[in-house]
Amino acid sequence: MKRMRLLFVGVGGQGTLLASRLLGEACIKEGIPVLLSEVHGMAQRGGVVESTVMLGGLKSPLISPGEADVLIGFEPLETLRAISYCNQNSVVITSLSPIVPNVVKLGAAQYPDVSSVFERIRSGVSGFYACDAEELATKAGSPKSVNVLLLGMLMGTGLVPVSLESMEETIKTQVKPKTVEANLKAFRTGVELVSGK
Amino acid sequence: MHQLLKTEPCSMLLLGNEAIVRGALEAGVRVSAAYPGTPSSEIGNNLFQIHSECPELVYFEFSVNEKVAMEVAAAAAAAGLRSLTCMKHVGMNVASDAMMSLAYVGVGAGMVIVCADDPSIHSSQNEQDNRFYGKMSFLPILESSSPQEAKDLVKRAFELSEALELPVILRTTTRTAHVRGPVQLEALPDAPKGLGRFQKDARRWVLVPGTARLRRKVLLERFEQAGAISEGFEFNEIIGSGDVGIVASGVSRGYVWDALHDMDCTNQVSFLSLVMTHPLPEKTIVNFAQNKKMLLVVEELEPFLEEEIRGVLQKNGVTTPVYGKNGAYLPRMSEFNPAQVRAAIAKFLGHSLVQQGPLQLPDMPPLPMRPPALCKGCPHTETYNLIKEVVHDLGLNEDVLYPTDIGCYTLGVMPPIQMADYLICMGSSVGSSAGFSVSTHQKIISFIGDSTFFHSGVSSLINAVHQGHRFCLVILDNSTTAMTGHQPNPGIQYVPPEYKKTRVPIEQVVRGCGVQHVFKINPHKKDESLPVVREALSLNELVVIISESPCILYAKKVGGRR
Repeated sequence: MKRMRLLFVGVGGQGTLLASRLLGEACIKEGIPVLLSEVHGMAQRGGVVESTVMLGGLKSPLISPGEADVLIGFEPLETLRAISYCNQNSVVITSLSPIVPNVVKLGAAQYPDVSSVFERIRSGVSGFYACDAEELATKAGSPKSVNVLLLGMLMGTGLVPVSLESMEETIKTQVKPKTVEANLKAFRTGVELVSGK
Repeated sequence: MHQLLKTEPCSMLLLGNEAIVRGALEAGVRVSAAYPGTPSSEIGNNLFQIHSECPELVYFEFSVNEKVAMEVAAAAAAAGLRSLTCMKHVGMNVASDAMMSLAYVGVGAGMVIVCADDPSIHSSQNEQDNRFYGKMSFLPILESSSPQEAKDLVKRAFELSEALELPVILRTTTRTAHVRGPVQLEALPDAPKGLGRFQKDARRWVLVPGTARLRRKVLLERFEQAGAISEGFEFNEIIGSGDVGIVASGVSRGYVWDALHDMDCTNQVSFLSLVMTHPLPEKTIVNFAQNKKMLLVVEELEPFLEEEIRGVLQKNGVTTPVYGKNGAYLPRMSEFNPAQVRAAIAKFLGHSLVQQGPLQLPDMPPLPMRPPALCKGCPHTETYNLIKEVVHDLGLNEDVLYPTDIGCYTLGVMPPIQMADYLICMGSSVGSSAGFSVSTHQKIISFIGDSTFFHSGVSSLINAVHQGHRFCLVILDNSTTAMTGHQPNPGIQYVPPEYKKTRVPIEQVVRGCGVQHVFKINPHKKDESLPVVREALSLNELVVIISESPCILYAKKVGGRR
């Protein structure tokens, strides 16, 4: 398969690592060569969390600026922070639900107006998909399923050669039993949002 | 059942650190010990859980520090049981006293020392290159790149250790420890029967000078043997047959591999992919370099291989030029990334390279940072605020010096707390307070966590009592090693039900060290605590305040069971 570099960014506690791991598990199921890298340690104390999923036999665990094929941002500010990893051929998937950083709460900085920047990004990349992921995940059953909803959006683009069945099967076995229903609903919401089916 | 104990052969998506544990289990490891430290922590965490589930299968302890862990594993290997210890790079500084002489006595059964370096300083105090420890101790070093290889290498490392009767260092980095990939599980050995037995032999195991001289000779012989093994080491490989050479190890091997494919120049290059990086296979390197126009060495941090290779070539009269850090192809500082390695190889090959440019977005608004911070409701915040209030009331603001230590509470350096003025290593809060107390008139209030106190604060506190140093040490006792993921330590009061180890209360230790003024507060009870802190800070003596309240995340995890 074509080699592909996917970058997941979010805020500690959003389940960014779980989302990339779910994708990795589904790839193993389908026999797709996959390598993931994760940020651990200090960065998890409410800080930025990044993970990469490298498909098609890549052996480098990291992505250089300008080289992400897909950016999946779990939080709008973090999507902007990571946008330099994209190029004009990249696909950007982002949540529009902000998680306000402490420095903003303390009044030491301002949360930027993301919508105008996103409009410019939309016209600069090959695909741009955004939604209020928190609201949609809540409607699907749990605000905690933002990660799986975004994973659904990724699958909805058809860019990753993993079947929806494999992905759903993986979700069923990897998330807590109590949350399977809400996660599957969130996943399908994400898929439909992008693919229209 | 723990996921790493699966018996049916299958492929699992494992973290590098998990793969190391699985490899050790497949190799029949019997005794393991560690002190947690990123990026090595998941090795200990998994062994801890596995030991809790199956105590007969493998022993594991979170020792108070890396030196103790090294000694526990060393003794097990001396008694004929395969053993493993793991640590972050700076942990090896602590363990090095044991390791340097352990190399002299050697081992009976295999022993693997996993050392996780942290290029780019993601969560450490420096980015030292621990391969130099191999050179200093004469111990062999293996470096993995993928999780599958890490698992295979651990098993090979045990065999190598037994063949040489030396511990073997498996060196990982953040990007090999925290990378996740498919790993093929192989069979686990049958359940072990019985323990080992230590065969006494004072001429081997007791390093008095006469024996040490003897053993140094043995060590040098073993190192020669290691060199011979390195020549034929099956994980090293030469790929391609171009007339220029690239040498790489660890995660850099992946960057080189991808770069050569991206640039479609695999046929121009001969790539020596090194896994056993100490001792180097001298003949292999000479043969490799002899007919090459030039060599590029791709390795993170220091020019360890580069300088060794240059030395080997000079010794053998080979004049092939060697580049790397030399010639400014690649920096000493920080971990690499794919584009950087690609650019270095392009420059080396004289290719012009069109790198994919990042998206240009003029007028990007300033993006507020999201620095890591103490959790909402963290007891450390309460303690800092209490001290701050009393310092202010006593009119000491301008004149207080806050030595601090390593743990979540190091985040006290950030606004709005900003009560961290000096930090170099684990335990330095206590030792440096002693030094400041004889060199300044500033009031000294230092901070250390419970786990760090046990790790390397106790001996410094005894020193402070004996020398009559005057400072206030605040022990932030949150009943766990929070920063690295809630590992237990000897002082913890809140424990999971299966944790049956003997508690060593910090207050008793502090009093036992001879400290006369010991105060205890619950930082969440502000009204009760303020007068206590006021009294403590008014004294111009050695004072210890134990601020006791469990980490909120940990308390939730264990259900507050005391």
